[in-house]
Amino acid sequence: MRHIISILIENEAGALSRVAGLFSARGYNIESLTVAPTEDASLSRMTLVTRGSDDIVEQITKQLNKLVDVVKLMDLTEGPHIEREMMLIKVRAVGGDQRDEVKRMADIFRGRIIDVTDSTYTIEVTGDSTKLDAFIQALDKGLILETVRSGVMGISRGEKALRI
Amino acid sequence: MELTGAEIVVRFLQDEGVEHLFGYPGGAVLHIYDALYKQDKVKHILVRHEQAATHAADGYARSTGKPGVVLVTSGPGATNAVTGIATAYMDSIPMVVLTGQVPTSLIGNDAFQEVDAVGITRPCVKHNFLVKDVKDLASTLKKAFYIAQTGRPGPVVVDIPKDVTANRTKYVFPKTVSMRSYNPVVKGHTGQIKRAVGMIMGAKRPMLYTGGGVVLNDASKQLIEFARLLGYPVTNTSMGLGGYPASDRQFVGMLGMHGTYEANMAMSHCDVLVAIGARFDDRVTGNVQKFCPHAKIIHIDIDPSSISKNVKVDVPIVGSVEHVLKDMLKLIKESGEVPDGDALAKWWKQIDEWRAKDCLKYDKSSELIKPQYVLETLHKITKGDAFVCSDVGQHQMWTAQFYKFDKPRRWINSGGLGTMGFGLPAAMGVQFAHPKANVVCVTGEGSIQMNIQELSTCLQYGLPIKIICLNNRFLGMVRQWQEFFYDRRYSHSYMESLPDFVKLAEAYGHVGMQIDKPADVEAALKEAFTKHKNRLVFMNFLTDQTENVYPMVPAGAGLDEMILV
Repeated sequence: MRHIISILIENEAGALSRVAGLFSARGYNIESLTVAPTEDASLSRMTLVTRGSDDIVEQITKQLNKLVDVVKLMDLTEGPHIEREMMLIKVRAVGGDQRDEVKRMADIFRGRIIDVTDSTYTIEVTGDSTKLDAFIQALDKGLILETVRSGVMGISRGEKALRI
Repeated sequence: MELTGAEIVVRFLQDEGVEHLFGYPGGAVLHIYDALYKQDKVKHILVRHEQAATHAADGYARSTGKPGVVLVTSGPGATNAVTGIATAYMDSIPMVVLTGQVPTSLIGNDAFQEVDAVGITRPCVKHNFLVKDVKDLASTLKKAFYIAQTGRPGPVVVDIPKDVTANRTKYVFPKTVSMRSYNPVVKGHTGQIKRAVGMIMGAKRPMLYTGGGVVLNDASKQLIEFARLLGYPVTNTSMGLGGYPASDRQFVGMLGMHGTYEANMAMSHCDVLVAIGARFDDRVTGNVQKFCPHAKIIHIDIDPSSISKNVKVDVPIVGSVEHVLKDMLKLIKESGEVPDGDALAKWWKQIDEWRAKDCLKYDKSSELIKPQYVLETLHKITKGDAFVCSDVGQHQMWTAQFYKFDKPRRWINSGGLGTMGFGLPAAMGVQFAHPKANVVCVTGEGSIQMNIQELSTCLQYGLPIKIICLNNRFLGMVRQWQEFFYDRRYSHSYMESLPDFVKLAEAYGHVGMQIDKPADVEAALKEAFTKHKNRLVFMNFLTDQTENVYPMVPAGAGLDEMILV
């Protein structure tokens, strides 16, 4: 099962390495990890996507909670939530037909072209991870020059909030 | 008045009530050593290797419950300390290790004696800090001591760059500490405790399985009251020995790989298992698929991540052993309920049948010294009241089996990490904490050589430790596995070219004794503990080379599948 774990962690040097080190030391896998400070500069919010059986994910959350720098955490996948990821993708776009086709595809996926040269487009797409996967699938593989994905971030729906 | 960082370190240690500091000087900590020189409140113990400093602090902590404190320099000082830090981490021992670091301006430059101490120790500490500003020094030290001692205890490293020890700031001893991200639970959940008590009172074949948590939490008193009130059998893990008196009839011995037949059989047949401050270590459970197949399991532990890590439990209770047992006792007493006497009588009858197997028997008529006999005699001579520090291997298991510990904090061994070389330095720490007590180091010719240089420290501080070296000229536990599982191919387990330990002890300024006949064992031990009471005695017992530790649960087997003698 895929789990999205949101963590509030002290914004201190080494905090990230404690989380990353925990995963490598105990053989858990990290699918993606994003981190940035919150509105309170002393706190960072981390979103971590991992896969594992219920037992393993239970251990992961317990071990994370045990880290002294971790203030609070929540497994977003336990309730209704929204997840988003951003992708920047640079594609070859030469000649009218190719440029039209790429533009059309970007529109279908509600992407925005954010950089243009006479031979390339750079497109920004946001959505959940499967949508970004689908966009990559929809493009002609030979056209893709570079992709960069932010990794997943997420938030729970409704009143529920991860805050101290 | 403003103090330098070095003065703050020393003043803080004084104010925190630290009496002993185990360490070794070097470039990055010279300012701190200079500040130590100018005072005499904190007694610094100069070891001969940084690993020994950590083990000594560890032994000090295990025998007192107070945190052990270590001071080492940067680079090799820090890396040498890592084994001792990892040892303490595995056994949840409160310890604060101060490591020197190169000046902040040089961090990351591959400076002389620079290592990333915080990075290297991260996986084997409860927490660690790098102090970059002298203004943060006192509060960081306070946090380190707080974290080390609360919740599930553990080692904390504080890495202090040299310039931080030179810079000045105002010093105020931080009396309290508050950390929003760290609030260990103490009280157990009332509902869970109720459920557990219901299960415990309804048990037909109950079993209390208790570990190091009882000792660390000083909850021995509560455990004894709890067990006696119910009349249930008690087994201890290696880390838990002494938490329940071994001479008590309800005690069925240690469990696990080298546990007693009765303890392991009772585990395999019980219907309600109460795990108290124990973590279902693989040396305890054997094959987890076959572990306690008939039992509902209740698990009391201070660390939520210990629960359902190795074995799924039915009633988890997160809290300190002391508090949870107190709450349980109160509930039981108020309810007026009593255990099922008939079922319990039947259960004890069964356990006594298992006990009658006498699984720890050994050949008492041998012409060679049996290690078990040495330990039984040691128990007799010291009236079971010595602090016994052990190294790692066969002698460790024999000590656990044959030195019947009746009190907590008397049995000092590296249970989790299994660190050879632990025994002697740990014994030093214990002797500093208990100057008048009998302190014994049970070791083998393999383990003792891993930190033998500490004989020099023992002379400097006049530590009258009694070293019981069970010398079988083999790395015995390795040899035993090779005999059982590798068709007697004794690959590199024979110890050749051993030193003359008697002369070696004498060269270090101590008393050396060699004992090679069973008939001499008792007299030699008596002599060591009376005539040489105030001196370190190295007793080299030449023991039977073929002796094995029984019973043994082979790796991967269930607890009821023991190899018996």
